[in-house]
Amino acid sequence: MKSELKVKAIEKGTVIDHIKPEALYKILSIIGIEKIDTQVFIGNNLDSEKYGKKAIIKIADKFPSIDDINKIALIDPHAVINIIRDYQVVEKKKVALPEKIEGFVKCINPKCITNHEKVETKFKVVIKEEKVNLKCYYCEKITGQDNIEVIR
Amino acid sequence: MKNKSLISINDFTKEEYFRILDLAEEFQKNPNQPLLSDYVIASLFFEPSTRTRLSFETAIQRLGGKVIGFSEASSTSVSKGESLKDTILTVSRYADLIIMRHPIEGSARYASEVSNKPIINAGDGSNQHPTQCLLDLYSIRKSQGTLENLNLFLVGDLKYGRTVHSLLMAMSEFNPVFNFVSPPTLRMPQEYKDYLDEKGIKYYEHDQLDDNLKYADIVYVTRVQRERFSDPMEYEKVKNAYVLNNKMLTSTKESLRIMHPLPRVNEIDTDVDTNPKAYYFEQAENGVYARMALMCLILGVVK
Repeated sequence: MKSELKVKAIEKGTVIDHIKPEALYKILSIIGIEKIDTQVFIGNNLDSEKYGKKAIIKIADKFPSIDDINKIALIDPHAVINIIRDYQVVEKKKVALPEKIEGFVKCINPKCITNHEKVETKFKVVIKEEKVNLKCYYCEKITGQDNIEVIR
Repeated sequence: MKNKSLISINDFTKEEYFRILDLAEEFQKNPNQPLLSDYVIASLFFEPSTRTRLSFETAIQRLGGKVIGFSEASSTSVSKGESLKDTILTVSRYADLIIMRHPIEGSARYASEVSNKPIINAGDGSNQHPTQCLLDLYSIRKSQGTLENLNLFLVGDLKYGRTVHSLLMAMSEFNPVFNFVSPPTLRMPQEYKDYLDEKGIKYYEHDQLDDNLKYADIVYVTRVQRERFSDPMEYEKVKNAYVLNNKMLTSTKESLRIMHPLPRVNEIDTDVDTNPKAYYFEQAENGVYARMALMCLILGVVK
């Protein structure tokens, strides 16, 4: 609770909590933070009992879609999404990795058809040594967790 | 198998592969049959290839089918900027089956989504070339009488060689022992070794071709390409270490067969060509029968 108070509370909206500090900027980018027109509060390197340090994002008046949750799971599977109403957490969503990812991640292989023609990307999610690997449905190459790049 | 596309070796089941191999055997006994006389088959080679294209086209001709297509993209609308999607949508309205080779990886899978006619992938960049694997399986079974419990030596460029990777995956279904012979810089990638470990399949790695060859049932040689080496000295050092010659075959099994996907440059000495253990040209011939069988089953003219 102590760390939460360091970032202003919101009346209603979404709080993405327990983000690893190194994942913060990627998550901001993946959820398209610059397009959000309501109040946004961001805290980084806050004390965390679980991880030592953590980041938090609070977005007023917006609620995440399944797609958003999937995107966050790709970057930081330990993040927790809280839905806030009347300053209270009414729902806690632990992000979960989907089996398939469609449409928003770029395939790392420059020779892949998805980088040459207007083809929506598709990946199978494969977990290897606790890392998320995305296997391209088309070229069958692996895009590793550290190379995940979002298509806008 | 009717109307199914073959893009990647995993698209077909073991049973379906056996059906193809059995039918290929029948075609080998009697290769000229007018089963495809009512069919037009498109052979779209966006990238040049001698053997694969001629093998497919021979298979079609022997079955009495008609071929349309091109052997390089420069003479087509692709050079005017036409998308692969539009090319495939058009050709799928002309032909009953599309065979395609394309330098872009995943292009064949994409074509199979766009097309309402089946697609056979004849190579998509460094990704997949499933009919090569099919003819390799046919050749191994034909020369050894079985696919089970064989000792396979894979020699040459094991790092980038798509052929050896597909063969490794396919043969892993049949309890083999693998021996990998390559320069240290071109070793079998870890992901394939992990796969074998998971399946409990034994493999050994060697730097040299030596007397361990006496255990081999199949020696599968691939080309070590100069362009894979950043240091030309390194290439000069290793290029001759993997040249297979007749002398090295003296104490090998009578039933050993030497395979190579071709083209060969110098990795098998020409003195091996007349050795009864040399199998690479017969292997290329086998490709015609395997492709005949595949096309007949996909078009549904044979069940």
